[in-house]
Amino acid sequence: MKTELRTNLKAIFGRAYVRLVGAHREPSWLASEALLPLLSTASFVYVYKALKAPEEYTGFVILGGAMTAYWINVLWSMAAQFYWEKEMGNLQLYLVAPISRMAILLGMATGGFYLASTRAIFVFVVGSLIFKVNFAVISLGKLALIFFLTQVALYGLGMMFSSLFMLFGREAWHTTNLFQEPIYLLSGFFFPVRSLGMTVGLVASLIPLTLGLDGMRQLAFKGGRELGLLNVNLEIYGLAVLSVLFLIAAHYALKYMENMGKKEGRLTLRWQ
Amino acid sequence: MSYAIETLDLTRTFKKGKKKNNSKQPELIMALDKVNLTINSGELFGVLGPNGAGKTTLIKILSTLLLPTSGIGLVDGIDVAKYPEKVRKKINMVSGGEHSGYGILTVRENLWMFSQLYGMQTKVALQRIDELTKLLGMQEYSRLKISKLSTGMRQKMNIIRGFVCDPQILFLDEPTLGLDVQISREVRKLIKSWVKEKKEKTVLLTTHYMAEAEELCDRVAIIDNGKVLACDSPSNLKTSLKQDAVFHIEVNLMLENLDRFNQISGVRKFAYEHKPNTGRTDLKFILESDSYIAAVTEAIGNNGSKILSLSKTEPTLEDVFVSLCGRGLEDENRA
Repeated sequence: MKTELRTNLKAIFGRAYVRLVGAHREPSWLASEALLPLLSTASFVYVYKALKAPEEYTGFVILGGAMTAYWINVLWSMAAQFYWEKEMGNLQLYLVAPISRMAILLGMATGGFYLASTRAIFVFVVGSLIFKVNFAVISLGKLALIFFLTQVALYGLGMMFSSLFMLFGREAWHTTNLFQEPIYLLSGFFFPVRSLGMTVGLVASLIPLTLGLDGMRQLAFKGGRELGLLNVNLEIYGLAVLSVLFLIAAHYALKYMENMGKKEGRLTLRWQ
Repeated sequence: MSYAIETLDLTRTFKKGKKKNNSKQPELIMALDKVNLTINSGELFGVLGPNGAGKTTLIKILSTLLLPTSGIGLVDGIDVAKYPEKVRKKINMVSGGEHSGYGILTVRENLWMFSQLYGMQTKVALQRIDELTKLLGMQEYSRLKISKLSTGMRQKMNIIRGFVCDPQILFLDEPTLGLDVQISREVRKLIKSWVKEKKEKTVLLTTHYMAEAEELCDRVAIIDNGKVLACDSPSNLKTSLKQDAVFHIEVNLMLENLDRFNQISGVRKFAYEHKPNTGRTDLKFILESDSYIAAVTEAIGNNGSKILSLSKTEPTLEDVFVSLCGRGLEDENRA
């Protein structure tokens, strides 16, 4: 048991190392991954400014723009990663190794979180400075808790998606492509999700970012509570439930899909 | 007694696709057909066969990447289908021509990263990586990003990856595929010395190179169309042909109606390989005795072909394959 834990921890670190080192060896990604996203975020800020929207909307947009980094990272660098690993020939080496599949994904998540955080921090800090965002933090502790739970639930969701990639390859890639833009809308990256109405907002709350963004906006900005979807405490509970749910679901989905792949002979089949 | 590897009626089929006559039953390809093998601990065992014979399917099942359709595969006495987690602690696998690893990392870093999947201590792993890279003449490449490596060097790195964690059982699927003579020789030397030095280690190696199987393996199973046709030591397999006469004949034309050579009295098996760049054809005859060679040469002459060379040779594994399958390995690979 102890040996297994140690092996899995080493595997997490080993896989995270690839991304951490990669980020430092090719710093050019900073331009495309940090600087350019700030431009698209800025365009939304100018829309609100042109419409003379309340001041807190600028903060909402900057926060949404920063959190986009995590969504893209989860979707493309974690959920889809098994597809790339399969094409490169690495997937079968991971599957033959005496480690949990979750450990590999956790390694990817750790490395990816570092990259996404660099982008998020850049957008958040530079955006806040340029557009002079005013913060009115009610509870720093709850804010940190919501951020943490959002990340756990989000990466859990990514792990669940990755099981699809383990088996379906390119088909799942298209499916993920379909997820990207609708989630921008449903999670309210650039507007308060309450604008979608209570029913749609509640359905969209199955996506961790919806509750996460809404909760953080309520806690960080003046007037955030009036524009919030649910009570912050309720959102914290919701995120905690989603975190556990997605991680458990990911565990079983990975197991199920791996077994199906082994039955059908598609687990290591490239160029599907 | 528990074997390092044992298969009991191991069978695997793949769906080929739906039948054209609107039948809902998909067409099946038999990749492995009731394969029974026993491999002892400490043995370097070869599976020899043409492309599509079922060699990779066998390795994938035993390395827990594929489930058998029926039958049982045991690794160190553990059922690979029921307890894959336990099996994985004892094995590692290297495939020929694989392009694994991350281009952004150096050879040393890639090998270290893969060693972490086996829980190795960094110090031990790096020491072992350095030893193995030196042994395979790769030390000057070890701090180079793998995106800058040639195919041969990359395959050397893959081979090292298989040995770094020092597994109890190592699966090598066509480890020298596409490598030049020198690198193949170095890889074979490493495999041989590893098994020799560590008596408890087992290697299951698949190949379609006869010389490789002959040089490396304690025992060889000849496999074709998913079936094991013979299994013994290379010398015993060749001995089975001792009473036969094996002739190699080179002729100057591409022969037509080659099947008729099988009908000549005294011809047990016949195979050929045409060389388009020279226009010549190598013929191989396994005859019941020397006396039948006259009938063979006469038949070639009647065809209008000229014999360029004729030699009687000691049986090789290739000849064993011809005698079992009625064709050479090269014929199948061409197809």
